[in-house]
Amino acid sequence: MASHAHDDHEPTTTGPKVLATSTVSPKVRTIAVVRPSEQETSYLAATKAGLGITLRHFAKNLFGRRRTVDQLNKGEHPVPTTAFQKALSVVSPINEIETIQYPEEKAVYPERFRGLHRLMQRDDGQVRCVACMCCPTVCPAHCITIIPEQTDDNGIEKRPAVFEIDELRCVVCGLCVEACPCDAIRMDSGTHAKPVEERADAVMTKDKLIAVSKDNGKNPTSIATQGGVGPNWREGR
Amino acid sequence: MDWLSNNIYAILDNPALKWLLLVMVMVMPLASLLTWAERRQSAMMQDRLGPNRANIGPIKLKGILHFIADAVKMISKEDFIPGSVHRGLFALAPILAIAPVLIAFAIIPFGPTIYPHSYTSTLDVLALATDPAAKPFTDSIRLQVASFDYGLLFYFAVLSVANYGGVVAGWASYNKWALLGGLRSSSQMMSYEVAMGLSLMGCFLLVGSLEPGFIVGNGVSAQMSGSNPLNWLWLWQFPALILFMTAAIAETKRAPFDIPEGEPEIIGYFVEYSGMRWGLFFLAEFIEIVFISAVIATVFFGGWQVPFLDADGFRIGGYVTEINHQWVSTGGWVLKLPHAAVTAMQLGAFGLKVILIAWFQLMIRWTLPRFRADQLMNLGWKVLLPCALGWTMLTALFKLCAIYLGWL
Repeated sequence: MASHAHDDHEPTTTGPKVLATSTVSPKVRTIAVVRPSEQETSYLAATKAGLGITLRHFAKNLFGRRRTVDQLNKGEHPVPTTAFQKALSVVSPINEIETIQYPEEKAVYPERFRGLHRLMQRDDGQVRCVACMCCPTVCPAHCITIIPEQTDDNGIEKRPAVFEIDELRCVVCGLCVEACPCDAIRMDSGTHAKPVEERADAVMTKDKLIAVSKDNGKNPTSIATQGGVGPNWREGR
Repeated sequence: MDWLSNNIYAILDNPALKWLLLVMVMVMPLASLLTWAERRQSAMMQDRLGPNRANIGPIKLKGILHFIADAVKMISKEDFIPGSVHRGLFALAPILAIAPVLIAFAIIPFGPTIYPHSYTSTLDVLALATDPAAKPFTDSIRLQVASFDYGLLFYFAVLSVANYGGVVAGWASYNKWALLGGLRSSSQMMSYEVAMGLSLMGCFLLVGSLEPGFIVGNGVSAQMSGSNPLNWLWLWQFPALILFMTAAIAETKRAPFDIPEGEPEIIGYFVEYSGMRWGLFFLAEFIEIVFISAVIATVFFGGWQVPFLDADGFRIGGYVTEINHQWVSTGGWVLKLPHAAVTAMQLGAFGLKVILIAWFQLMIRWTLPRFRADQLMNLGWKVLLPCALGWTMLTALFKLCAIYLGWL
């Protein structure tokens, strides 16, 4: 059977040139080995070409200008238009370093970037959360703790007495935002969880979550209009 | 104080002091800076920024301070010695690696001879050659620690001791990978030392001396001034330059010849070392870069010579005459300069040449991938060695013809 399996394969025409085949075992063959040419083994030509490439990058990055953070963020390569810019681009071309140096320079995150959680408020300043427990149920990391309490408002009935998110446990999956039926929790703040020195400080309480805002603390209220901003999303379909 | 002021030049001419000055002022800072330069340069070559953040308060200096941070880190790290190592050899190995390189700097002429009494005036070269014992030429300080007749042979001899550093480290570590690294190190060093020595034979033949000071001072031909770039060996011994450079880079155990170390994966002979003991191996490597640069600058690029700058100033045209068995360039159009300015420029030129050649070595290191062990051996024994031998024979033939035709 083994020989049959072997015979299934047609002898390939490519591959090393066979000079002689053993009569005892056809698998044992003498082949012509292709050695690299003298030019390749001397390494000089390749070294010269390689040095040319690295030298070009080195000179361009050393003497060139960095793109601005804005240009780096947008992936723009400015094209010289005026005569002065053209002359400058000869002396000091735009270099190829893509690094954005983080604490001083910041990359602009995409619109759908999932950042630090925030809790939204109603028009009257009450927290939008109705303590329905959807988000702690869906949370794969079990990082959300809600203790509900009753409210006087008969239309709402429940609200969270305690709403805590352990940012150390959070895996930033965004399922809580998907699960929330009343747009109470969002991850659109565009910032990261703050570094902390003690684990307890990483737990965001309700007040802290309400204070987080989209525009990085400038406007500390996070009010979501009842029914959403603008026309009803159900219309226009 | 009288004694000091009377003997100040004798003290300055002390070889030990000159060596200390050379090592502490030029070699060690340059080698330490190379640790930063290498990372920064490789980053620039690979479109990165490299280390640029180490700072003392607001002072950043483009990250130059990283080498201080590294030194502080390595010195303050735990000096860990595994239980099974041979303690004596384990401690000896880093010293074996670094000491010979520092000793070898003794033969490098890092500057011209200084005549302190004629420092503010232009040096009268003719009077110097006629009567070297005259007042303005006494108390001369030769900026070369030791000038042996066997010159560069001393370098080959001493640097081969440095190879024991790797082998001993591998053996003393009681670790199979370290031992294999040590073996790779010894096999590579042995193969390349032969080619390295032979590649310089043509230079020795052409100049007629092994003494680096003589090579720098006189150049190839006595009929041209030593400061003429055409008189330096790079032009006449260009194949030797390439051969020597290749072998010398292999000698520094750096990419593309870094199979003794292979930091990322195959693990080298210093795998059991940590802290400053490892730092010594690391530093020895960078000092070797500086040393190789110094040797290449000395032998091939005229050492401390500034193009067309003779001892009394810039000279265009002119000719060389023999006075008291010394070749002195005279005549021509001369821009006379004080002795202080000339020596300062020549010292600066040596530093600049060393830095440029070190930069080129880093370029090579970050351009080429590592050789496989068999490629390494093939290159060493089958390419470099025959080429060096052939080039030596060609040079000898050339010299024979030149003597026969009366050129030299």
